[in-house]
Amino acid sequence: MTRSRGAMSAFGLTKEEIRRQIHLPWSEAFRISWRYVTIRLGRSLVTASTIFLSVAFLMAVCTMILAAKATGHAEEDPQAFAATLARYKWSVILGFMICATGIVSALLMSVTERFREIGTMKCLGALDGFIVRMFLIEASLMGLFGSLAGAIVGALLMLLWAGIKEGFSIWAKIPWGIKTPTGEWGFLGYFLASVFAGVVLSVISAILPAYRAAKLQAADALRTEI
Amino acid sequence: MEQMMPSGEMQERMQEAAKKLEPMMEQVSEFIVRTRDVHKVYLMGKVEVHALRGVTLDIKRGEYISIMGPSGSGKSTLFNMIGGLDKPTSGSVYINEVDLAQLDAYELAWLRCRTIGYIFQTFNLIPVMTALENVMLPMIFAGVPEDERRDRAMELLKRVGLAERWNHKPFELSGGQQQRVAIARALANDPAIILADEPTGNLDLRTGKEIIELLKELNEEKGVTIISATHDLKMIDVSDRVIWIRDGQISRIEDRSKIRVEAALEVEEALMEGELPDIP
Repeated sequence: MTRSRGAMSAFGLTKEEIRRQIHLPWSEAFRISWRYVTIRLGRSLVTASTIFLSVAFLMAVCTMILAAKATGHAEEDPQAFAATLARYKWSVILGFMICATGIVSALLMSVTERFREIGTMKCLGALDGFIVRMFLIEASLMGLFGSLAGAIVGALLMLLWAGIKEGFSIWAKIPWGIKTPTGEWGFLGYFLASVFAGVVLSVISAILPAYRAAKLQAADALRTEI
Repeated sequence: MEQMMPSGEMQERMQEAAKKLEPMMEQVSEFIVRTRDVHKVYLMGKVEVHALRGVTLDIKRGEYISIMGPSGSGKSTLFNMIGGLDKPTSGSVYINEVDLAQLDAYELAWLRCRTIGYIFQTFNLIPVMTALENVMLPMIFAGVPEDERRDRAMELLKRVGLAERWNHKPFELSGGQQQRVAIARALANDPAIILADEPTGNLDLRTGKEIIELLKELNEEKGVTIISATHDLKMIDVSDRVIWIRDGQISRIEDRSKIRVEAALEVEEALMEGELPDIP
């Protein structure tokens, strides 16, 4: 019985049918990626820490803007404020670029480490797309957690610092919502945007490593040494 | 439809169909793997390495085949060709009479998923998954529903004698146990062929023997064709045929009846040449 099933299937199916029968389930890819992130927590934390730092910095700058507006410092000397902002903007961009490099190299390392597992999965019938999906999900998970932690810590530190310097009463003047009534960004808006930026950054950084992983040959699984 | 047909006509049609299908079925069922004049040339730097020099081979359904040969003989290359892991420079490989060169990426994945089960020297279990999840993995790619996946994986683990270890991670299992999980995983989608690359290479004598016995049992009870690249002489006892590869060519093929004598001679010959394969 089992024999003839294997034999006939290679014959009687059209390409479309075969395509439909090869599954690329998101839920399974997510489950496997989640495993990789949580089990290799140390490595994931190192990768996530670069995202953490750059998002923390971004969120700190955003909070600083809000605090400066709340205390009225921003209106006292608009030119100086604008110059400071410009300086910070470049620091944030530079930070993000360094962060992206960090993620790319960490993930490339992880591809090299896992060449045999990736090859094995391909031997078991995984398509390139599944491998790509796994790596992108992994990167977005690390991006999400790194960014969340970074945004919280960055905001808290800056809020504390502003509170100590200007008095905690300014907290009441900070617009906490997504947008202010006048249409400017509020705290929650900056927070969500920072997290989003972190996730997007890590997913973009993961594209090259994921592609590299997908292009590994199934035969690599059989290699006994690296 | 069929019920409305007069029984005489139906019978006639069935006979017709049977007549048409019979030769095809026969052809299909006899050889599971055929290779025709397979050559493989690698480019190592600027040097061309001729790994295979015209290998023609027919493997019958349900056979237990050992491919033997010293390292560098082209054994692994041939093995990769049969498994659809690598393409020949010239010549063709047929599995179920399907030319592998004609298959696109999807079809190759499909073939690897359902027609072939792989067993590796280094076991290659996915380290972040439990034994059960490792066995379930190929079924995920085949689109088997979760409940069925779990039941079937458990059944397979029971078959290889590891049911009570289902929740262990690979690093919590011994080498022999890991290889058993790998065998269960290879059987997950009921493949027609199991390709085993040095399955006992990383195991001690006794464990290696157990694994060989398990493979032989599965070969007999499921009728699965087993093709094993090895230089473990323990394999000879269970093999239906042994294919000796030397310098990228088949140096000879031995049938079961002759095997024992020939194997002894081979050891002797190897001893004289000073290149002894590992002695069990």
